[in-house]
This record gives sequence, C-alpha cells and structure tokens, in this order.
Amino acid sequence: MDFLEWIPAYDATAVWVDPWKMDFWGSLYVTLTGMFIVLSCGWVGVYLILRRLALVGDAISHSVLPGLVIALLIAGKVTSTAMFLGALVAGVVTTALIEFLHGASRTKPDAAIGVSFTFLFALGVILVNSFAGSIDLDADCVLHGELIHVAMEVFDPESVVTAFGVEWPMTLVRMAGVTVVTVALILVFYKELLVSSFDAGLAASLGYRPRWIHYGLMIMLSWVIVSAFESVGAILVIAMLILPGATAYLWVQRLPALLVLTTVFSPIISLGGYHLGVWLNCSIAAAMALAAAILFLITWVIEPKNGLIRQGWTRWKAFLSMRQAEVR
Amino acid sequence: MSKRGKFLFQSLEPRTPLRVVGLLVFLFCISLGSSSSYGDQIGDLVQSDWKAQFWRFLSLKDPAVRAALLGSATLGALCGALGSFIVVRRWALLGDTLSHAALPGVALGFLWSMKKDPWTIFIGATLAGIVGAALSSGIRRTTKLKEDAALGMTLASFFALGIALISMTQHLPDADKSGLEQFLFGQAAAMNDDDIRLILIAGVVVFAGLILFYKELLLTSFDPGFARSTGAPVKIAQHGLTLALSFSIVVSLQAVGVALVSALLITPASAAYLLTDRMKRMVWMSALFGAFAGVVGAFGSFLQTKAPTGPFIVMGATMMFALAFLLGPKHGWVPRRWRRWTQSQKIRSENLLKAIYQTLEKDEGGISDDGAAWLSILRRKKIPEKKLWKELKALERSGLVTVTGDRARPDIFFTPEGKRHAMEIVRNHRLWELYLTHSANFPADHVHDDAEKIEHLLGEEMVRRLEKLLNHATLDPHGRPIPSLEDLEESRSESELAPKSGAAGYQGTG
Repeated sequence: MDFLEWIPAYDATAVWVDPWKMDFWGSLYVTLTGMFIVLSCGWVGVYLILRRLALVGDAISHSVLPGLVIALLIAGKVTSTAMFLGALVAGVVTTALIEFLHGASRTKPDAAIGVSFTFLFALGVILVNSFAGSIDLDADCVLHGELIHVAMEVFDPESVVTAFGVEWPMTLVRMAGVTVVTVALILVFYKELLVSSFDAGLAASLGYRPRWIHYGLMIMLSWVIVSAFESVGAILVIAMLILPGATAYLWVQRLPALLVLTTVFSPIISLGGYHLGVWLNCSIAAAMALAAAILFLITWVIEPKNGLIRQGWTRWKAFLSMRQAEVR
Repeated sequence: MSKRGKFLFQSLEPRTPLRVVGLLVFLFCISLGSSSSYGDQIGDLVQSDWKAQFWRFLSLKDPAVRAALLGSATLGALCGALGSFIVVRRWALLGDTLSHAALPGVALGFLWSMKKDPWTIFIGATLAGIVGAALSSGIRRTTKLKEDAALGMTLASFFALGIALISMTQHLPDADKSGLEQFLFGQAAAMNDDDIRLILIAGVVVFAGLILFYKELLLTSFDPGFARSTGAPVKIAQHGLTLALSFSIVVSLQAVGVALVSALLITPASAAYLLTDRMKRMVWMSALFGAFAGVVGAFGSFLQTKAPTGPFIVMGATMMFALAFLLGPKHGWVPRRWRRWTQSQKIRSENLLKAIYQTLEKDEGGISDDGAAWLSILRRKKIPEKKLWKELKALERSGLVTVTGDRARPDIFFTPEGKRHAMEIVRNHRLWELYLTHSANFPADHVHDDAEKIEHLLGEEMVRRLEKLLNHATLDPHGRPIPSLEDLEESRSESELAPKSGAAGYQGTG
C-alpha cells in the first residue's frame, strides 16, 4: 500500500449531496448539534480569549472528568442534574486549586495550571477505568467523543423528544437548551462581563466584584464543556472554545462584533466539518475541529488588514522602496 | 563575550554532571544485557495476590518488569531534568501543546510504515511537535492573539488532526492497527525493545546536551537580556530546548500518553522548585522525582495490566508535588503557616507581658500589693476576657508569670524570667520611641505605632548601639523610664537569689 493512498478520493456528489439524500434527518441532527456546540463554546471562548484564560479553559476541559465521574457514581445513572452539579463542582475546584497553588506558594501560574489539571484528569481516568462497569463512560471517548452517535439516538425510544411533529435526539435538545441559556446569560450580564474583561479595576470600582464574575464565567465554562463532552470529548472541546473566537478576533475587535461573527462561524464550521468527516471517513467531532482550524488558517492568510498576504505585501513594498532609494 | 560574562561562565563549574553520564552509561549497559533475555511482556505474567505482586515487582526477577521499570524511570528522570528548565522559563504549557501536537505525527508515522514502528513514529511525532511549536510562535508573532490563545489553538487543532487520522486508520483494510490508542494514555507494559532503546538514546542525548550547554541554558533561562549582551546564544538555546522537549515528549508517549505527558515535565520540576533555590540541585531533584513517578507508573502498570500507565505516573509525580508543597522546609505550606503562627504567638505573649509590666508600673495592684490586677490588664488590652485568659495561661505554662487567686479576681506575678523579658520589650519600645523623636525628629505623639511593631524585632546588638547613640537616656519621650541594662542585670541576679516559686512584683525602675 502506497503512502497517501489512505486519503479517499474526492467526489463532490458523494461528499456534499449523498449524506443528505441518504439520511437527511441524521445529517440534520449531527450538523445542528455541532452548530450548537460551536455556538455555545464559541461565545464563552470569546471571553476566554479576551481575558487570556485560554489555557484555563484547557485545564477545566480536562478536569471536569473527575467531577463528572464522581457525580455519576453518586447518582448511579447518567442524569443532567448530576452532570451539571459535577461540572459545577469540578470547575470551582479547579479554579480554586489553581489559585491556591499559585497564591500559597511560589509556583508560577502556568505551572499551577499544569500541575492541577493533569492531576485531576489522571484521577478522572483512573476512576473511569476502575468503575468502567458501573458508569457509561469510555476513557478514549473522553478524549475525542463521537458526534455521530447523535444520529443513532433516535432509534432508542428513551432518548427521543418529540417537538414540531418530529423526533429529536436528546443530546441535540439538551445542547440547544444549553446554548439558549448560555447566550441568555451572556446577554444579561453583558455589561459586567465587558467591563471586568477589559478593566478589572473599573469593574471593582463599579461594584461588580470581578472575582465573582470570574468564578461565574468558570462555572459557565465547565457547564458548556460538560454538555459538549459526550459529543466532542475533553480536548476537542478546546478547539470549539478557542478557534471560533480567535478567528473572529482576527477580523474584528469589538465585543459585539466578535459575538456576532462567532455566531456566523458556527454553522459554517459545523457543516464544513460534517462534510470533511464524510469525505475522509473519520471522526466527525475531530473533523469539525479541523474545519475550525482550517477556517482560522484561511483567515490568518487572507485577512485584508493584517493577514499574512498583506503583511508580506507590505514588507515587499518596503523592500522595493528601500532599493529604489538606494539606487537614487 | 565581555570579560564579566566570561567570568560568569567560568564560575559555574560543570563537574557533578559527569556522574550522570556514568549512571546513564551504566543503565544503558544493563538494558543491552537485559534486552537479550527480554521475552514476555508484563501482561503475560500470572496474576497472584496483591502482596506477592508487590514483592515480585520489587525483586526485579522478571525481565519484563526490569524493562518497563528501566524505561519509565529513565524517561521520568529525563523529563524531570528537562522540565526544570521548562518551569523556570514559564514554558509549562508549551509542553502540553507539544505533546498534543505530536499526535498527528504519531498517526502519520504509523501510516508511513503501516505498522507500529517506533522509529517512523518517533520521526513523525518529533516533526509534528516542531511544526506545532513553529506554528504557535508564528501565530503569536503575526497576529494580535496572545500566547495562551496561540498555544491552545495549536494544541486543539493538531489533536483534532491526530484523532481524525487515527480514526481514518481504523477503516484501513490491511494495517496492523492495534495499539495506536495506547498513545492517548500510555501503556508501559506495551513497550518493546525498540521503545526502550529509543528512550535510552534520547536520555543520553538530552542529558549530554543539558550537561554540555548547562551554563548557556542557565544564563538564557534566567536573564535573557544579560545573556544576549554577553554573546550567549539565546535563540539557539531556545530552539535547542524546544527540540529536546519534543524529543523527550515523543519518547514518553508510549508510556505516558499524549494527554498526560506534560505532567511529567511540569510536576516533578515544580516540586523541586519548591524545595531549593539552586538550579543545579533543582535539576537533580526533579530528575529524581520524575524517576520515582516512573517507578510508580511501572508498578501501576504491573498491577493492572489493562489500565493505562499515564495516570499512575501522574499520580506518583503529583504525590511528590503535594509533599513538597505541604512540607517543603522553606517554601512549604505547613512550615510557613507554622512560622507565621509561632511568630504571632510570640508577639501576642510579648504584648501581654508588656501590658502586665505597664500595669505594675502604674501601680495598679490587685489584692496583694505587688501583683498586677486582672481588671486593669483587661482594660488595657481591650480584647475579650476569655481570649486574654487563654493567653495568660499560655504565659504561665511557659514559666513567665504565676497566677494566684480565683478566676474572677486573679493576681498576676512575674517570674524573674518573665520580668526580664517584659523589661526587654518595654525597653525596646521606649528606646525606639526616643530614637525616632530624638534622631529622626518625629513628633512624640507619632512614634507609638511604629515602636509597637519594632519592639518584637530589635536584637541585642541593635539595642546596645541605640543606647549608646542616645547617651543611655533614662526617660522616653513621654517621660516614662526606660529599663536599662543594669536594671536587667539586677532582675537577673534577683532570679538567682530568689527561690523558684517566689515571684518578683513591680519594683520602681529608672
């Protein structure tokens, strides 16, 4: 077998039309779920980027695992309440642990993040493996998830919700609910988040309590992560958190514009990822993260004001004018 | 290079590291010896009870155990030593990024040879790691995005690519695709000869690099500006370190896994950082802690052959970190708390002694004339009676005062020891007040708060000099007497004369 032969041939009809023709509803479920994940993660992610907390997002996306496992062990079965509480506790514990390690010793903040999340994640993996029989979690899935399961959920009558005369899979409905709540929360606390993200001192002087806002954001983050967990896994969720916001940040810098652009990106990433996954015959969640990365790469290169092409062009012109000046 | 820079270079002697080279060569020889007899994998061993397993592990009878132990301990030491440079440079999260970025390289290396060949995987993963590092630094340099976002993006995108590639290999018809998932969480038991050879080679190369370029690495890590001015190769040190980092991450992947390899870099080094202030010692300690974590991981892998090794290694490393964090003599949490507590205890008891002294000085006696009245002390201290009573009892326990009478109206007497101590504190306080008004021209009503703090800190030598400076003055700015050296001597001789139970009350001093 030749190297590179493993890349499937590209056939436009097979990639873009067939999935919808053959299984319209399945494709719709997968892309909609993906869109909601990208949307909710992206909105929270915008604030992570602005507050330079991208790596705390990384940390929490790992450390929700033990919280989730312990909550599921206590609850005995997979329920939304248990998952929510587990994520909440895990988010608060991680944030507090990082602050404690950093504040009570001379450990630097980056090392504090690294030490605490690897510990919590390792704990989670050990728990998953020790109680693999009693909970419905799989260590590998924890890392990369499987979005395609959403499409199969409709075959299980227990995980189906009927609305508008159509059967919707539970995961999709839950993700839609999470997205609505996240967006609503961000809009309600828009001013507080805005001020505390850009000027913590001003926020404190206005009586906003930046610390509470920080913890609130971290709780929201862990909630979004834990909802997306099952579908995209711990590490791919970081892609959904950071990439849409970072791509938007290259185009615009105003907060409302960032949020709008992230919203616009979410269906693009979801659809692009779905079809990329169909073409390459690989994990759909990974393909969506890849689509987000490709979107970023394209933006990075072609963005008109600061893109790589523009930067190269400016440098080339400067070089030319310098040479002309030398000739004279 | 400037003269000063050269001097600095020479003063950092590189002698001890030679020992490590010897150690590594020794380990290498062992591995060559053992690799010939290395047959079974750990998974083939017969399971017996937990204790027997433990002894069997310790006795090192099985070649498989020896191999796994050697491999994971070596890479623990390797990552630990390298990690100390990562931690002091605040690169902790670069390690995480590089390890995730290596995943597509692992998959590509696999796809190249269509089997789990350590060498192609090693090359692919190293290349992918380097591309990841270059990409994240490129993003940082050419866009407005900050370092954390750049690292996080690279990490997630490369990981996504890796997962996509691995999930693609699952559909390949004729590939031996078993074991690729082990790269996510690591499986020390699945290490084969080639893996261990690779670890040892990487270990020798990286340790040799650390030893040879120790001075440069040290200088560029702590003071890049000064390093540049002395002509030390800052950029090269940086790139070399990144390269060494991706080497060690890649060789660790098989045992620790992509997800947790960064812990092996960060956690032992962070533990060492809490225990020492010297870089060389930090490197050694961190290597030792890393090796310990590796041993724990190998043991975990030995006990539970199905479970991944990575989490056990991380647990071993975190254990060391937790110990260092809590009990480290200088920066540890408990000793620092303890120091702060004893310090505040000391200040509290000294303040109470002072209050008793002042009560006696104002002649506010109790029932019997030369004891201090509890009520006036209480009025003076303005803290709840219960609390003050506890402090008083603590003073009595340490033999500084004696308390007679009942709880409601006790009389308090100094022991000679206690009186001397109280006099010292009062002397320090008043001497300092006088010094501030006399030599620093403070108004007399502005000096009390300052003296209140410094009275607990003044040493004997400082007091002598102050006394001399102030011409052995006897009255403080508020007209109260300053106990002098003679007064102290007097109370000391008194303590020799007086019987142990006898208590000395107030005697007008000065």
